[in-house]
Amino acid sequence: MLAFVLRRLAQALLVMLTVGLIAFALFRYVGDPINNLVGQETSLAEREALRERLGLNDPFFVQYARFLANAARGDFGFSYIYRRPVAELIAERLPATLELSFAAALLALLVGIPMGVYTALRRRGVLAQGFMMVSLVGVSIPTFLIGILLILVFGVLLRWLPTFGRGEVVELGWWTTGLLTVSGLKALIMPAVTLALFQMTLIMRLVRAEMLEVLRTDYIRFARARGLKSRTIHFGHALKNTLVPVMTITGLQLGSIIAFAIITESVFQWPGMGLLFVQAINEVDIPVMAAYLMLIALFFVIINLVVDILYYLVDPRLRADRAVAHGHG
Amino acid sequence: MTAVGAEPLLRVEDLRIVFASRRGELVAVDGVSFAIARGEVLGLVGESGAGKSVTGAAIIGLLDPPGRIAGGRILFEGARIDHLPEEELRRLRGRRIGAVFQDPLTALNPLYTIGRQLVETMRTHLDIGAAEARGRALRLLKEVGIPAAERRFDAYPHELSGGMRQRVVIALALAADPALVIADEPTTALDVSIQAQIIALLKRLCQERGTAVLLITHDMGVIAGAADRVAVMYAGRIVEIGPVAEVLLAPKHPYTVGLMGSIPPLGRKVERLMQIEGSMPRLHEIPPGCAFHPRCPHMRPRCREARPEPVTVGPGHHAACWLFAEEGPDGRA
Ligand SMILES: Nc1ncnc2c1ncn2[C@@H]1O[C@H](COP(=O)(O)OP(=O)(O)OP(=O)(O)O)[C@@H](O)[C@H]1O
Ligand SMILES: [Mg+2]
Repeated sequence: MLAFVLRRLAQALLVMLTVGLIAFALFRYVGDPINNLVGQETSLAEREALRERLGLNDPFFVQYARFLANAARGDFGFSYIYRRPVAELIAERLPATLELSFAAALLALLVGIPMGVYTALRRRGVLAQGFMMVSLVGVSIPTFLIGILLILVFGVLLRWLPTFGRGEVVELGWWTTGLLTVSGLKALIMPAVTLALFQMTLIMRLVRAEMLEVLRTDYIRFARARGLKSRTIHFGHALKNTLVPVMTITGLQLGSIIAFAIITESVFQWPGMGLLFVQAINEVDIPVMAAYLMLIALFFVIINLVVDILYYLVDPRLRADRAVAHGHG
Repeated sequence: MTAVGAEPLLRVEDLRIVFASRRGELVAVDGVSFAIARGEVLGLVGESGAGKSVTGAAIIGLLDPPGRIAGGRILFEGARIDHLPEEELRRLRGRRIGAVFQDPLTALNPLYTIGRQLVETMRTHLDIGAAEARGRALRLLKEVGIPAAERRFDAYPHELSGGMRQRVVIALALAADPALVIADEPTTALDVSIQAQIIALLKRLCQERGTAVLLITHDMGVIAGAADRVAVMYAGRIVEIGPVAEVLLAPKHPYTVGLMGSIPPLGRKVERLMQIEGSMPRLHEIPPGCAFHPRCPHMRPRCREARPEPVTVGPGHHAACWLFAEEGPDGRA
């Protein structure tokens, strides 16, 4: 187990170093950072002095190492636009994005998995076929369109839900949450649904395909021959075997929910990191962009690691270090 | 053709199994009748595709669509079990009729320990607590010859060898003490060196418990060693059935004669019959009359026109062949 985790950790570190390199390259080579720090009237000599002081004349690897060391401490310098530490900006926006992403992920899983199981078990049922058709629509309509349609129907026509923002938030230390107020929860509904819809349909179709595959296996047939109840077979034997492969892909999907939040946040003016990132792109606010990239990569890596460990815990075949109880005959 | 006793444990009468397909209905099993007495081992042999497995599946109600029972009756302990509601069939499966599948590598759920699968089977059918089920499961594991059963109880299937896993499968089939076990090629997937052990184990355990067995196999050696009676299938029909000694030593049907002439060295499969020219017809091209006539060395005109019904050729020994019928196609022997 330990060796397995260490190996995965090493891989994760490698990924982070690579993303760090990209973020650093962004920093260093998209425009001249000095231009973003000083005014038009600054003289060439002053610029050169500043360059020297900031270490911009040091060799590539020295700069890269310094960048990584700072990044590891959460220090991405100052935003060119806001003139505030990037870490502070991100920390302000992080709760909004994480709450939205987790709400969407939860929704996608809690609806997607049961629907996948249902459509697999009632393959020829009218309702199941209906779900499959709706899911095709869900996969093919772009996210922003779904968001706009929702806004039109529930925000503008019915006036049930707010069309933008996060509603009232409550501060818990440095974390701000919208989950504790009615207006915060109401504001969460449409963005979460919008963000979840694509993943939900994907998870549903994935679970369905995998479940159908499992239902055809010998051990399910043998379980039926043993006279087990269909409830036990479907929701015990079959579902467990279905979720093992589904887990990996679903884990990656959850990572991409956080990344895809950019679009949803833009549509709903959700004050999260995605919105911050879009603004940063518009203003070429490189430190913010770099920090965002590295944070998203970090989320992906962590989710991956958790999924791998879960996989390892769920599937006994991977636990190679168990004493192998081979017998003969 | 009930051979033994007043009321056999299982009686299959005129069973017909069809598969719906694009070319219409394919008849996989046609007019099959046999009976199994309590504690008896009936062997079922025949070439690949003869309809052995679908016959076994039909008995435990596990025919997968598009297959279905299109005619005939299956009686178990005197009551009809074809077309039973699914819930009643389920209570029968595992409880009264156990099953052993061909491939022990795929028959066990990879994510559950073998102990859990045993306990689960017992507690589904028997009114016992977890501790009692565990005790029973451990005793059963020892009985099927699994050393260090205590430790193996918590092992996952992939931690056991193929032979060990087939022993577990046998334990699972016997977990609720059924009256009949349907064993569909229980050793085909195993190493030749352990096939005999597994068959001997199955035979001994069933003998001790008085459990009857429908033993489906390609292997004449297995039949000779384990079965009391044997039924020979060809193209969805039983062509000969009788006591093992009679059928093996004095086969009557030309197909059985060819089959006996081609017994391979013990333990090898009968995939192709060296003594008989040609191969068994596929379902959509079964010829009229006797399905075997194109390959039969004794073929007469009558064989092409009408299907022979089984006739008695010895004590408890029947063969479906015009050679033994005294009357023509329109009379009964
Ligand atoms: N799902 C299915 N759809 C169509 N035909 C099928 C299906 N399952 C079986 N059959 C047909 O039924 C016939 C009997 O098959 P069965 O599996 O009983 O043969 P078998 O005697 O057990 O052969 P083997 O020795 O290869 O196991 C075969 O011709 C096969 O093609
Ligand atoms: Mg078969």
